Amino acid sequence: MDQFIQQIINGISLGSIYALIALGYTMVYGIIKLINFAHCDVYMLGAYIGYYCMTFLHLGVVPSLLIAMILCTLLGVLIEKIAYKPLRNATRIAVLITAIGVSLFLEYGTMYFVSPQVRTFPPHIVKSMSAGIKLGNINLTFMQLMIVSVTVLLMVLLQLTVKRTRIGKAMRAVSLDVDAAELMGINVDTTISFTFALGSALAGAAGVLVGLYYNSINPLMGLLPGLKAFVAAVFGGIGIIPGAMIGGYFIGMVETFVAGYGYSMYRDAVVFAILILILIVKPAGLLGRNVREKV
Amino acid sequence: MLEIRDLNVYFGVIHALKGVSLTVNDGEIVTLIGANGAGKTTTLRTISGLIKPKSGTISLDGADITGLPAKERVRLGISHVPEGRRVFPAMTVLENLELGAYLRRDKQGIAKDLNKVYEHFPILYDRRRQSAGTLSGGEQQMLAIGRAMMSRPRILFLDEPSMGLAPLLVQEIFNIIKSINESGTTILLVEQNASMALKTADRAYVLETGSIVISGSGEELAQSEDIKKAYLGG
Repeated sequence: MDQFIQQIINGISLGSIYALIALGYTMVYGIIKLINFAHCDVYMLGAYIGYYCMTFLHLGVVPSLLIAMILCTLLGVLIEKIAYKPLRNATRIAVLITAIGVSLFLEYGTMYFVSPQVRTFPPHIVKSMSAGIKLGNINLTFMQLMIVSVTVLLMVLLQLTVKRTRIGKAMRAVSLDVDAAELMGINVDTTISFTFALGSALAGAAGVLVGLYYNSINPLMGLLPGLKAFVAAVFGGIGIIPGAMIGGYFIGMVETFVAGYGYSMYRDAVVFAILILILIVKPAGLLGRNVREKV
Repeated sequence: MLEIRDLNVYFGVIHALKGVSLTVNDGEIVTLIGANGAGKTTTLRTISGLIKPKSGTISLDGADITGLPAKERVRLGISHVPEGRRVFPAMTVLENLELGAYLRRDKQGIAKDLNKVYEHFPILYDRRRQSAGTLSGGEQQMLAIGRAMMSRPRILFLDEPSMGLAPLLVQEIFNIIKSINESGTTILLVEQNASMALKTADRAYVLETGSIVISGSGEELAQSEDIKKAYLGG
């Protein structure tokens, strides 16, 4: 029983991370129908920014998290402006290939500057974060509490932004119908930039949290979590924000339980098996509907 | 009010609009009729800034707006109800209407216009919390028109407002168009339902494969033998 509860706690922590990353994938897909492969590298860079803030600027966790989010926001907007915006009227495959290019550029560009060496966070921060509450055999660390609370806070803020604000309504309008949105007077370019900004801020936060949680970062660290977050987004229904949240927690939970009950070797395989299964059984995802076009 | 001169639009190698010129005067209802693929929708989309013309000029009240983005044209008073209604299906009726007033900041004015839309279309008030995708075709058309009115346009473009609607509803939509016009909004109407359009309009243009072939008053065209044969099924 203890182990079961422990796995749930671990699963929620991991799921929070996947959910944060998945939100970026799903929002960008929702608005320009692009799987932004470079998204997982924004997450990686978030981890590095957090690392440098803590190691060289001796900042605390929260300021580092905020700086990483801000810089990732700028980076996300920059990537969109330089790489994707000129391709607005190009075929989807051209943009997709560009996204893969941007992803490789960021990974190996980062490697060039910081070396492929694995880095760890300052020991005193890691130590303070891995302290926590012990209830019998169940361990709940500050790190886990922080991951979950930061994620929930960010998700609430995101929902409020999307549902209540002017720009949030513009985002939804553009994702539903670009032409109609333009006829309302919505500036589509600004709205797309804003979407990248939001998604990248969340990825930056996820990067710092994961870096601290596993205490190990490297320039290719985005690949696997990125793919899993993508699976999470597809599971929930790509383009649908609540779907990405549910998908993130589901994938995190599955992975943790598979690993926790002794099948660690298969945990990645199980996640991708789920992707295959969804694509066969319900390609639109859990919350997705097959959209019929009304003429 | 609105003057289009020698508009040329290409889609790749296809020459879609071949030197289209037309004028809409203040307070008029002008209709653009023609067969499928004649370029009616393209004309409207070019005027509202969704398509960039290769050459030609579009001017509103004497000012050249050919190079302006769609957003600025909305600000200047052009509002466009697109073909197929194009409401935002996953958003509520109220949110759709609010988006129509996207560029406006005058909260009180918006509230007032919202009430006006609800007066015109009481059904939209009843359904304001419902998502637009659940509305019937006729209700969606009303929403699309209401949404366009929320920007307080000086000129309203309507692209096939009668498409796919039952005859009774078609009559109702045309009555609404007339009443919107009477309250001071100029209207440019694209229609396949030529007889209804000619009955409603002050003036009409007939578009054939990208060129204006005939123009005149609505009545004149409704009487013309050529038009009867080609578009009115007579």
